Amino acid sequence: MEKLLGTEEVKRGMAQMQKGGVIMDVVNAEQAKIAEASGAVAVMALERVPSDIRKAGGVARMADPRIMEEVMNAVSIPVMAKARIGHITEARVLEAMGVDYIDESEVLTPADEEFHLLKSDFTVPFVCGCRDLGEAARRIGEGASMLRTKGEPGTGNIVEAVRHMRKVNAQVRKVVRMNDDELMTEAKNLGAPYEILKQIKEAGKLPVVNFAAGGVATPADAALMMELGADGVFVGSGIFKSESPEKFANAIVQATTYYTDYDLIGKLSKELGSAMKGIEISKLGNEDRMQERGW
Amino acid sequence: MTKLTIGVLGLQGAIEEHVKHIHDLGLQSLIVKKPEQLKDVNGLILPGGESTTMRKLIDRYRFFEALKEFSNKGIPIFGTCAGMVLIAKEIIDSYTSHLNLMDISVKRNAFGRQVDSFVTALDVKGLNDPFNAIFIRAPYIESAGKNVEILATYNGKIVAAKQDHILVSSFHPELTDDNRFLELFVEMVKEQKVEMVK
Repeated sequence: MEKLLGTEEVKRGMAQMQKGGVIMDVVNAEQAKIAEASGAVAVMALERVPSDIRKAGGVARMADPRIMEEVMNAVSIPVMAKARIGHITEARVLEAMGVDYIDESEVLTPADEEFHLLKSDFTVPFVCGCRDLGEAARRIGEGASMLRTKGEPGTGNIVEAVRHMRKVNAQVRKVVRMNDDELMTEAKNLGAPYEILKQIKEAGKLPVVNFAAGGVATPADAALMMELGADGVFVGSGIFKSESPEKFANAIVQATTYYTDYDLIGKLSKELGSAMKGIEISKLGNEDRMQERGW
Repeated sequence: MTKLTIGVLGLQGAIEEHVKHIHDLGLQSLIVKKPEQLKDVNGLILPGGESTTMRKLIDRYRFFEALKEFSNKGIPIFGTCAGMVLIAKEIIDSYTSHLNLMDISVKRNAFGRQVDSFVTALDVKGLNDPFNAIFIRAPYIESAGKNVEILATYNGKIVAAKQDHILVSSFHPELTDDNRFLELFVEMVKEQKVEMVK
């Protein structure tokens, strides 16, 4: 029987299977196992978590392939990895290694300040960050199979993720209610591909899954993002930069599933120890705002 | 007659996709997030997602015994992908199985990693035309007991099967617009309901 690889259904479908789940950043096999044991739906294999990337400065690149290999051998859940925006070769290397999903990520230093990857060319699916519907629709147009809010990575501050999730969802609602003859102007104003907006209008929702990312540090943060309509949650520095990663990982997984069970979230939040130390967004200079990367 | 209600285990995964299919067939749905909700459904779908994640939540939220009991009553269960892994008696390369509801040995991620995920036109017993089967990091059934009816194979591997009140598929009918596979399950639910009335 003939089989087709890397189709839109297979790539978008993979992200649909992750819904209601938590994807955790890990830097080695030991952390990956903790993440899997806590109930993570996938891990993101990195050389450094975003808060350490901030501290280290310099150019942040694709991680050493040995880290990806180590993590892929350690767990049976999907393994994601980050490539620099526009870095065709890093993405192809990750694909060749058999990574399950690539994050074309603003957490790394962009390799191309003008063009994002043509993700529809790849067999492996991609997730991309977005701050508004224009950005979301452009990434879908390039072939992203999954979206996430950009938030502000490595800050442990949820405010930017909230802003981005609310913005995208408000803009989707607007498009869905719009008359057909208003859609082209909306496409122009958003800088969004017309065809993608048409699909959104017809379906009544985004054609791909949209997770929250960039600032989730507590079980309540994760539940808040689900409340605001996220399909699931990425936690970067929030787990392994907290006082007790295992407890945080377990609690965040449960709070994501039962995000309106406030008694439970209260219980889960007890005796967790301290969350990662956060950063006030206004204290970040423009050059330190990762969300400004990409277009 | 009241409408049949099909539950979808609502811990993680592609839940809404199943709900949409259930509604497309004119039936009621219930997203089951607590064990006590199981008494309100005429059939239950264990959706695709990550089986390890679902198992953690099954244990933490007292679903394990409740699901075994549900199955012991003979109420139909349909597992897709991760759902099939949860249902299996045995999992290859693993010391432990999960719910152990069906006499099948399942291999996880059996076709490879995500880059090996695929779509194919699959012949399914009971369906007249091929089904557009979407396999995502899919498991297959390596061996099945004699009471298991094989419904579909791909390259010699069992990818859909039925035993008594339990139906499983390696692939994801809920990601297509084709309701025919779910109809097979709904037939099982209707038959079981007739038996209960008798």
